[in-house]
Amino acid sequence: METIIFALLNGLIYGLLLFMLSSGLTLIFSMMGVLNLAHASFYMLGAYFAFSLGHVTGFWGALFLAPIIVGVAGAAIEKWGLRTVHQHGHVAELLFTFGLAYIIEELVKIFWGKIAVPYKIPDSLDFSAFELFGTQYPAYRIFMLFISISMLIGLWFLLKRTRIGLIIQAVLTHPNMVASLGHNVPRILMLVFATGCALAGLAGVIGGNYLVTEPSMALSVGPIVFVVVVVGGMGSLEGAFLASILIGLLQTFAVSVNLNFADIFGFLGLSETSELGRVSIPSIAPILPFLLLVLMLMLRPKGLLGEREF
Amino acid sequence: MSTKTSNPQLGLGPTNAYKFKTRVLPFILIVALFVIVPFLDPSRTAYSLMNIIGINIVFALSYNMLLGQTGLLSFGHAVYFGLGGYGALHVMNWIEQSGADGGFWASYPVFGLPIIGFAVGACAGAIIGWPSCRRAGVPFAMISLGIAEMVAAGAFIFTSVFGGEEGISGDRMNGVALFNLSLGSVSQVYWFIAFWTFVGIVGMYTFTRTPLGKMAQAVRDNPERVQFVGYDPQNIRYLVFIASGGFAGLAGGMASINFEIFTPESLSLVPSGFVLLMAYIGGTKYFAGPIVGAILLTYMQSNLSDYSEAWLLYLGLLFILVVMYAPGGLAGILLGFWNGVTQPNATERLKTWGATIGSGFATLIGVIILTEVTVRYTNGFGEIFEPFGLHLPPGSIVTWVSCLLFLAAGIAGLRYSMKRIADQ
Repeated sequence: METIIFALLNGLIYGLLLFMLSSGLTLIFSMMGVLNLAHASFYMLGAYFAFSLGHVTGFWGALFLAPIIVGVAGAAIEKWGLRTVHQHGHVAELLFTFGLAYIIEELVKIFWGKIAVPYKIPDSLDFSAFELFGTQYPAYRIFMLFISISMLIGLWFLLKRTRIGLIIQAVLTHPNMVASLGHNVPRILMLVFATGCALAGLAGVIGGNYLVTEPSMALSVGPIVFVVVVVGGMGSLEGAFLASILIGLLQTFAVSVNLNFADIFGFLGLSETSELGRVSIPSIAPILPFLLLVLMLMLRPKGLLGEREF
Repeated sequence: MSTKTSNPQLGLGPTNAYKFKTRVLPFILIVALFVIVPFLDPSRTAYSLMNIIGINIVFALSYNMLLGQTGLLSFGHAVYFGLGGYGALHVMNWIEQSGADGGFWASYPVFGLPIIGFAVGACAGAIIGWPSCRRAGVPFAMISLGIAEMVAAGAFIFTSVFGGEEGISGDRMNGVALFNLSLGSVSQVYWFIAFWTFVGIVGMYTFTRTPLGKMAQAVRDNPERVQFVGYDPQNIRYLVFIASGGFAGLAGGMASINFEIFTPESLSLVPSGFVLLMAYIGGTKYFAGPIVGAILLTYMQSNLSDYSEAWLLYLGLLFILVVMYAPGGLAGILLGFWNGVTQPNATERLKTWGATIGSGFATLIGVIILTEVTVRYTNGFGEIFEPFGLHLPPGSIVTWVSCLLFLAAGIAGLRYSMKRIADQ
């Protein structure tokens, strides 16, 4: 019981963090048709900017400033980089973002060093929120939950209840019609790209000190975010939300289950002494999301809630 | 009954001289190059660099069978390289064992291990390709990424096959010595690598000339039309995928003998990304492109990394520049240059190109100063960038003025000459 509740809470927080990363990516992907391989790099930039800004403005200033800087950087990259490559087709765009991820990682290594930086949880949030089954639950996780949920509500409001949200939704399905009605579609794309990057940056600000802020953090979370986008379905924020929570829970539960293959497939005659039988569920936890990705692409290319085929 | 258009007497097909020049001569030159190199008495470092170049040439060419010829972007090609290498390494150990107890592998020469690599790579391609090749484009790229992550993570779990963190090692000096090569010294390995590199290049070139290779290019350009003609694009992709996995495995088999060790790292996304860089920077639109890319990037990897900590940044910038401005890659640039020189009224064109190269060079110097000074400043060791006896500390105005001057002049020159090129 105890394990289940803790895994549920942690999985929810991890899932919401994934959603913060994937919400921007899924919008960008369904509008431009290009999967931004550098998206997780903006998450990393958010964490590093917050670490450096934190020395000047403190955590709370960085919480607002770092995502904005990341968003501006994203807009610049879209305007002067991605748009130039667009004429060469989707593969070139994909490769551009691949190279961008490379460059951002190297720049981070140059400016902040190759090892993890001591980006810490602020003192004002470094206490335990409540006690559950004799274990302290950190307040910072509750804070993360709060930030993620307010972002979720904000994004929902922006997309469903405002004029700009209406236009963005229209661009998703009928870009030519929207352009004919006099809207500047490339600028909308840039805006969405920047917002997506800013959200990734925000995830970095609150996730960087919860996890670790190091140059390899983009590579470790990046592929998972693609899984979320694919499993959720093209252009569907609801799907991305569902997939984020699903994968968040899947990964946290997998690492907290103390079973191995022999326990599960024992009825097939798999013994504890064989190598396959000794494989434990926590050790295959990193594989599970990718298994889901491959199965999804093969069996249901639309994703959970997508309207178009991926 | 031959129709008029296919009648060779009309001279519409390529002449024998042309065929010889384009299809036979390059291979004779490659053999000549391979044979001449040892007579120049290279050092041990040069030998080992050339060995790695040979492996990477085959690996990059096998990658280009997918990306350049079939239009499939894969983020997990190192899987086949690694599995082929692991297979070859296991057989290498069995050969050693059989040498002692006279088992099945006792008569198999170590020289032939790349064939094992090919077989393992092709089998892996046949298994993994089945789900992957049902889709093309971005879904294919995503599936390859997912499978690469799965295989790399799985390799750490099954330690009896992949050897865990420290990998599996072997000894190449066992069993039957073919061609009198004991493969002891690095110069003997050179002959081994040269032989298999040549086999790989010829094999993959021949593949492009087969009906399957031609259909692969058709699938890349227009899959719907291929369906109209009566072929199944999915099937063609699958067959090419198997062949490509096989040649990647061949390269892995070569690597297993060169390094005598394989770790699960070799299956991961990092080498997969590197082979993508090699093939794309070299030029995916030309058969020889990946060869150029493999030579350049392997050289950069082993030499530039001694000079600069930021060499991966330069590599990333080079890649982005190629993606943005030269989709034909370095091979495309070289070919365009050659055509520009040989065609009439070249002087005007060459002047603009000279200006472009000059301004590009100035920009490069600016970028290098900026990067190197920053790297040394952020390192915190108090090291100072001193190219050619110059003294460029991060605090001095000279550093930043010279850096900005180079950058400004270079970028202005580039913009101007790019416009001139577009006008021509």
